[in-house]
Amino acid sequence: MEYIIIIISAIFVNNIVLAQFLGICPFVGVSNKLSTSIGMGSAVLFVMTLATLVTWLIQTYILSPLGIQFLQTIAFILVIAALVQMVEIILKKVSPALYGALGVFLPLITTNCTVLGVAILTVQKDFSLMEGVVFAISNASGFALAMIIFAGIREHLDLMEVPGGMRGVPIALVTAGILALAFMGFTGIV
Amino acid sequence: MNKNLKNFTKGFIKENPVFVLTLGLCPTLGVSTSAINGLGMGLATAFVLMMSNLVVSLVKNFIPDKVRIPSFIVIIASFVTIVELLMQAYVPALFEQLGLFIPLIVVNCIVLGRAEAFASKNGIVASVIDGLGMGLGFAFALTILGSIRELLGSGAIFSINLIPGDLMLVFVLAPGAFIVLGYLIALSNKLNKSK
Repeated sequence: MEYIIIIISAIFVNNIVLAQFLGICPFVGVSNKLSTSIGMGSAVLFVMTLATLVTWLIQTYILSPLGIQFLQTIAFILVIAALVQMVEIILKKVSPALYGALGVFLPLITTNCTVLGVAILTVQKDFSLMEGVVFAISNASGFALAMIIFAGIREHLDLMEVPGGMRGVPIALVTAGILALAFMGFTGIV
Repeated sequence: MNKNLKNFTKGFIKENPVFVLTLGLCPTLGVSTSAINGLGMGLATAFVLMMSNLVVSLVKNFIPDKVRIPSFIVIIASFVTIVELLMQAYVPALFEQLGLFIPLIVVNCIVLGRAEAFASKNGIVASVIDGLGMGLGFAFALTILGSIRELLGSGAIFSINLIPGDLMLVFVLAPGAFIVLGYLIALSNKLNKSK
């Protein structure tokens, strides 16, 4: 039951993009086409799950016992950067097909604040390892969901006549606002 | 001197990180629920930006090109940790409000972007001025956005009540952030084009 609450709350109620404002850069930047947004969504799912797993272990077995929690930010960002590099190298060797699909998005993920944000949130919320992993997977799914819906809308938006100054980012942001309004309807479910 | 002044002022209007470059949108949207939060976040980022630009321009000749980005990230993360500890000690209420977004200054694209695009190529003085200008430009954008949202949502600016009664609460909530920022960027596009 606990897991179901975590999943629903992370995907719909507290959607990481539309309610918590994490990962706005890729959300606005690479959501022009449906196919790229699916690629980005899956890359984030992959990296976020791994990163949360590793940072949880580091926090519990290295930082906390030594009493050096203040190094959290530095430690986590280094781990995530290294992890992304490693995933890139391993994917290239093991599964060229998957690398072809996700490769372009991997370097972008290091500076995607969702990954670091979810890693820190997991620690802040005192989740167990299993809860943390479920939390990461649901947040990444929420990110992918928001990206894919948004990309679908933007593909249609491109064909519309938009007033000069609103073209590009401004109209995208206003659309995202309306989407966020729709997601607010989920408030109170959990 | 003239060049320094130009480096300083470009961050406010012409190359404003939020309105023109659209960098660092996560904290922009996340913490601009009120004018004071926007200002606090903006100043914290400005400090990190200035200090990391200073250190990056100091050590740029010693860092091999290949490990450039990781080294920049370590420098930035150190200053973010300093800000985190300072704010926790001296302004705990603001620290609580900003929450997660303080450690997330590390992954704010403006900070790494300026380190890479400016500080790693320019001298110390120019880099510090660039960092300060960009940082204050960011703080300026956040304060404007925060003021508008606070005014429309609760009728106040910096907690000073201007309009009594119930207002459009939606502007303090998530959707309002996207919508107000969208219109502000459209406005700045319009202004920059007509110049």
